[in-house]
Amino acid sequence: MSEFNGTLVKARGVSKNFKRGSETIHVLADLDLDIPAGDFLSLMGPSGSGKTTLLNLIGGLDRPDTGSVEVGGDRIDSMGSRKLANWRARHIGFVFQFYNLLPVLTAARNVELPLLLTPLSKKERRQQVETALKIVGLEHRTKHYPRQLSGGEQQRVGIARAIATDPTLLLCDEPTGDLDRKSGDEILDLLEALSKDHGKTIVMVTHDPHAALRASRNLYLDAGKLTAERPE
Amino acid sequence: MKYMHLVYSNLKRKKIRTFLTFASVLVAFLLFGYLSAIEAALEIGVTVAGADRLVVRHKVSLIQPLPESYEAQIEQIDGIVDATPATWFGGVYQDPTNFFFQAPVKPLEYLAMYPEFLIPEEQVEAWLNTRTGVIVGRAIADQYEWEIGDRVPIQATIWWKRDGSRLWEFDIVGIYDGAEQATDTAQFLFRYDYFDESRSESARGLVGWYIVRVDDPDNAVAIANAIDDRFANSPAETSAETELAFVQGFAKQIGNIGKIMTGILSAVFFTILLVAGNTMAQTVRERIEEIGVLKAIGYSHRHVMGLVLTESIVLAGGAGLVGLALAWFAISRGDPTGGAFPVFYFPTADILVGVLLAITLGVAAGLLPATQAMRLQVAEALRRK
Ligand SMILES: Nc1ncnc2c1ncn2[C@@H]1O[C@H](COP(=O)(O)OP(=O)(O)O)[C@@H](O)[C@H]1O
Ligand SMILES: [Mg+2]
Repeated sequence: MSEFNGTLVKARGVSKNFKRGSETIHVLADLDLDIPAGDFLSLMGPSGSGKTTLLNLIGGLDRPDTGSVEVGGDRIDSMGSRKLANWRARHIGFVFQFYNLLPVLTAARNVELPLLLTPLSKKERRQQVETALKIVGLEHRTKHYPRQLSGGEQQRVGIARAIATDPTLLLCDEPTGDLDRKSGDEILDLLEALSKDHGKTIVMVTHDPHAALRASRNLYLDAGKLTAERPE
Repeated sequence: MKYMHLVYSNLKRKKIRTFLTFASVLVAFLLFGYLSAIEAALEIGVTVAGADRLVVRHKVSLIQPLPESYEAQIEQIDGIVDATPATWFGGVYQDPTNFFFQAPVKPLEYLAMYPEFLIPEEQVEAWLNTRTGVIVGRAIADQYEWEIGDRVPIQATIWWKRDGSRLWEFDIVGIYDGAEQATDTAQFLFRYDYFDESRSESARGLVGWYIVRVDDPDNAVAIANAIDDRFANSPAETSAETELAFVQGFAKQIGNIGKIMTGILSAVFFTILLVAGNTMAQTVRERIEEIGVLKAIGYSHRHVMGLVLTESIVLAGGAGLVGLALAWFAISRGDPTGGAFPVFYFPTADILVGVLLAITLGVAAGLLPATQAMRLQVAEALRRK
């Protein structure tokens, strides 16, 4: 599926509501989205507009109330939870704003986590971990624990973890949101390289217009729908 | 197995908490081991009692002696294979706290009566050739570091010698082993003929009780009645009962102790279940977000549940097993009372119960937190920041 050509993500008529007490929050309303393979898409929108919610739906962490989500030809909105977990392991790499590394594991062990779910041998896993850490430029930090790394380094470990299994789709939720400008730029360089040199399909949620410039395409989430133009 | 690193790393997260939980579970299992050994020691008589053996004592009490002449009379009764006397000697070796069973017996008859006492042929031979000879069980031989050829002085408390002295000296000619783990190997057995000739004239010809073997255990009760009838209205009336009943009577108080121990252990285990369960619950609570990440990465609900349960089993089960091992080690080093128990060992059945208990504890302590971790929805878990 890594060589999937054409439209990788196809969402149709997706809506998602949350209940908070007696109140219903309409987050996504009848939303359509197509993401071609190899795209580097940035998703912008005000806080609370539903960017994370949309990312969760594409990544199979949540299911839409109505509509369909198809990724690489799989209808993930109707998959059972075990099948979905399995599917995520093979096809999705997540990068989080706060890195979300396991503090008790070294960088290498964190990167290995998704590989444990594969049938790879110990040696093969080690090679994959090395490769991933090399791509993010941290081959000299393998034995360090998250608390011994800077924010930028932690995020790079997070990216290494996300790409370790060579997933189809990389979903990044405000990957630079917690970083200073310089570290943020390094992360963006990295994502750009992953897109250009490794042909990864990337969806990046961001607040930062400067970050969005790095993407090949920008979409804005507003009132539950996506638009190509920045709403005024 | 490839997930074990993750399990261990999580256990190392809060080292002190893990250590305290581990220690409390360990101590509980150490206690379990010790109490099992004590209970086994107290119940020993009951488990080894031969179904085909009767004990015949004076009707009034065990302390009242019976005449030597009863042996031949008992042996005439139908269904009886053999009768042999034994007597409570009750002497002191070096220090009154060194307690073990001592009795003058008829060597061949007594050994035939207790086939579970295993002793080499030539040592029996030596016993028959040595008037002052004594055979001792392996447990007390080990405890007092006796060897064949040693001379053992015993201070009499009941049986003065003819010359008024209280010092009896015996020569160790044999050491017997038990056929089973539960066999009493703490007996000190010397020759009745030497004993009878050396004790004061007035006491001669009196024995403590008789052990009787019947040809059919099913008739044991009828034969016991026949023995008592035989000596009814004589100066020394008897009370015959199966060895099992005899020992059980002795062990009745002990049964109650066993119940108390079970009660204590139940309370202890309930407590450590709460301790371990609380640790696991805290662990999961602190890790909600991390569990969310694992699930996002592709770990299934079952995976996560398995990880938490494994952690619990490694913690509680591991501590339990270490506790059992320590208990086994401590118990095999000997009786803490220094000889008040005829045997002191960790019964295999109890070890198995302990292992099962340890694993069950691990599962029970982890079950609720693991279920909670399993139910956790990814999107929800990641939102809690
Ligand atoms: N599980 C949930 N329960 C209740 N409300 C939720 C839940 N998830 C998201 N929301 C609400 O939905 C809206 C969109 O949230 P989110 O997708 O996180 O926005 P964004 O990522 O754009 O900041 C917010 O108002 C948020 O409070
Ligand atoms: Mg968000």
